[in-house]
Amino acid sequence: MKEGFRQAMAWLHTWAGLIFGWLLFAIFLTGTLAYFKDEISHWMQPEIPARSVSSEASLTLAQNYLQQHAAGASRWLIDLPDAREPGLSVRWQQSPAKRGERGQFTEKLLDPQTGAEVQGRETTGGEFFYRFHFQLQMPYPWGRWLSTIAAMVMFVALISGIITHKKIFKDFFTFRPRKGQRSWLDGHNAVGVLVLPFHLMITYSSLVIFMSMVMPASILASYNCDVRAFFDEVFPASSTPELAGKPAQLAPLAPLLERAREQWSGGRVGRLTVNHPGDAHASVVLVRDGADRVVHDFGSAVTFNGVTGHLLATTPEQSLPRAIAGSFYGLHMGHFAGPVLRWLYFICGLAGTAMIGTGLVVWLGKRQLKHAKSGVMPFELRLVEVLNIAGMSGLMVAVAAFFWANRLLPVDVAGRADWEVNSFFIVWGLSVLHAMARRGRAAWVEQLALAALLFGAVPVLNALTTPYHLGITLVQGDWAMAGFDLTCLGSGLFFAWAAWKMQRSGTAEAVIRQRAQPITPEREVN
Amino acid sequence: MKVLPVSYRLAVTSRVLAAVLGGYIVAALASVSLSLWASMPRADAVVTGMMTSFLAYLCAVIWCFACRSAWRAWLGLILTSLVLAVVSGLAYWMGHS
Repeated sequence: MKEGFRQAMAWLHTWAGLIFGWLLFAIFLTGTLAYFKDEISHWMQPEIPARSVSSEASLTLAQNYLQQHAAGASRWLIDLPDAREPGLSVRWQQSPAKRGERGQFTEKLLDPQTGAEVQGRETTGGEFFYRFHFQLQMPYPWGRWLSTIAAMVMFVALISGIITHKKIFKDFFTFRPRKGQRSWLDGHNAVGVLVLPFHLMITYSSLVIFMSMVMPASILASYNCDVRAFFDEVFPASSTPELAGKPAQLAPLAPLLERAREQWSGGRVGRLTVNHPGDAHASVVLVRDGADRVVHDFGSAVTFNGVTGHLLATTPEQSLPRAIAGSFYGLHMGHFAGPVLRWLYFICGLAGTAMIGTGLVVWLGKRQLKHAKSGVMPFELRLVEVLNIAGMSGLMVAVAAFFWANRLLPVDVAGRADWEVNSFFIVWGLSVLHAMARRGRAAWVEQLALAALLFGAVPVLNALTTPYHLGITLVQGDWAMAGFDLTCLGSGLFFAWAAWKMQRSGTAEAVIRQRAQPITPEREVN
Repeated sequence: MKVLPVSYRLAVTSRVLAAVLGGYIVAALASVSLSLWASMPRADAVVTGMMTSFLAYLCAVIWCFACRSAWRAWLGLILTSLVLAVVSGLAYWMGHS
C-alpha cells in the first residue's frame, strides 16, 4: 500500500466489497423484495380478499367485533386496511395476571366488508423478506448489528468506489459489450453510477435508522447514561388516564377518524389503540399512517377520551433535526411511494443488487484469468466461486422455493409458516452443496436454469393450486396478484436468458481466453 | 502469485484494526462533542450528533487506508480522539458545574 491515494481506495473498495459482498447481496435483494412486502403477503394469503372499504366502515366493524369478543380486555389494537394491505387486523391484550407482566395478546383478521373472521393460510409472507433484510434470521440484536455493520462497509465501499472511479461521467458512456471481463466491469460502473443517488441515500439512511443502537455515545453523555430518558424525550408517550374502575359505554370510534384528519390536515389514521375499553377513563390513541408523506414521524398521534370524545393530547411538531432523521427513515422505507415510485424503488434496489453481484464477478474473473491456462484454481478462488454461485443464483432459487412452499405445503400442517422459511434455507444450503460438487460454469448454468424454471412456472403453480389465476386477476383488476405472477414470469425469462448466455460463453470460453488480456490495476483505476 | 512479506500483512491488519476500532472511537467522540456543543434542545443535539457520526467514521476509515504507513494511521486517529475527548470533556464539565 505504498501507492497513491486512488490506488489505496481501489484496494479498500476491492476488499471491503469482497468480504461483505455476499451478505450485502442478500440484504439488497431481500430489501428490494420488501418494497412489495404487502403485495407478496397478498399473494401468499390469497384467502384474504382485497376490498376497498372506507376506514369508517371497517372501524365500526372492528369495534362491534371487539365489543362482542374482547369486552374485558385491557387494550384493543386495530390496524385499518389500506389499498396495499387489505386485511383488517384486530388485537387485544388481556389484563396481566400480575402487575408489571405483559398481558397475553390475541390477534384476528377480519373481512373489512362483512366483519367475519378470515382464516388466511399460516405464512410469514412478505414480512419474511422485510425481517431478513435487517435481522438476518439471527436473534435480537445480533442480526441488526451485523446488517448495520454491513451498511457501514457498504458506505465505505461506495465512497471509495467513487474515488477510485474518478471519471464517472466519461466512463459511464463507455460500455463495451461482449468483451468478457471488461463488460462486467463496465456494467458494474454503469449500474453503480446510474443509480448513485439511490445507493447513497439507501446506505446512509440505513445507518440513521439504527443510529441509537450502534452509536449511543452521545445519548449516554447527554443523558447521564439514561437511555430511557432520551427515548421518552424523543417519543413522548401520550400519558393516558389510569383505570377508573367505573364502567362506561365506549363512544363510537368511527367519527374520531375525521377529527384526527382535521388535526393532521388530511393525514390518514393507520392504527388505533383503545386503552381500558368499557371503563369511564377509556382513551383512544390514533396513530398516523406514515404513507402520506416522506418525513416519517414516529408516534405522531392524537388521543381522545373514549367516552366523551374530548381531545386529550396531540404529539408536538417534529423539530428540524428529527425531521431530517425522519425523512431518512421515510426515504428508506418508501411507505409514501405510489405504484410508479414503488416500481422505481424496486428497480433501483435491483440495480444495487446487480452492482454488488457484478462486483463479485469482476473480482473473481480478474484473478481467474491468471489460472486459466492451468485450469486449476487455488483454494481461495474456488471458495469465492462457490460463494458467488450459492450467494447469487442459489439465493434466487431459494426465494422461488419459498413461494413454491407457500403453495405446495398443506394448509393445515403444523408450523406451516416455519416450514416455508425452512424450505428457503434448506434450498439455499443445498445450493452451496451443489456449487461445491459441480464445476463453476456448470453450477451457474444449472442453478440459473432451475431458478428460471421455478420462477417461470409460478403463474402455472398459482393457477393449479388456487382459483386466482391470471385469467381471473387480470380481468378483476387485482393488480397485486397479477403483478406478482407476471413479475415471477419476467424473472423466469431473465434467468433463462442468463443461463443461456452463461452456457454460450462457456463454449466460446476457449476462444476468449486466448484473446482476453488481463486487466491490469492501472487499467482499472483509470 | 508473489508472496507478501509478513511485515506487510501485519501492517494491513494494523490498518484494518485502526479503521474499525479507532474509527468507531473517533466517530463516537465526534458525536459526543457535537451533541454537547450544539446550541439546540438536548434531544435534537443528540440526534444531530448521531447522524453526523457516520461521516466522521467514513473519514477516519479513508484516512487509515490513505496515509503512508500504519503508524501514521494510528497517530492521526489518536490525536483526533484526544482533541475530541478534550473538547467534549470541557463541554461536559461546563454543563455540570
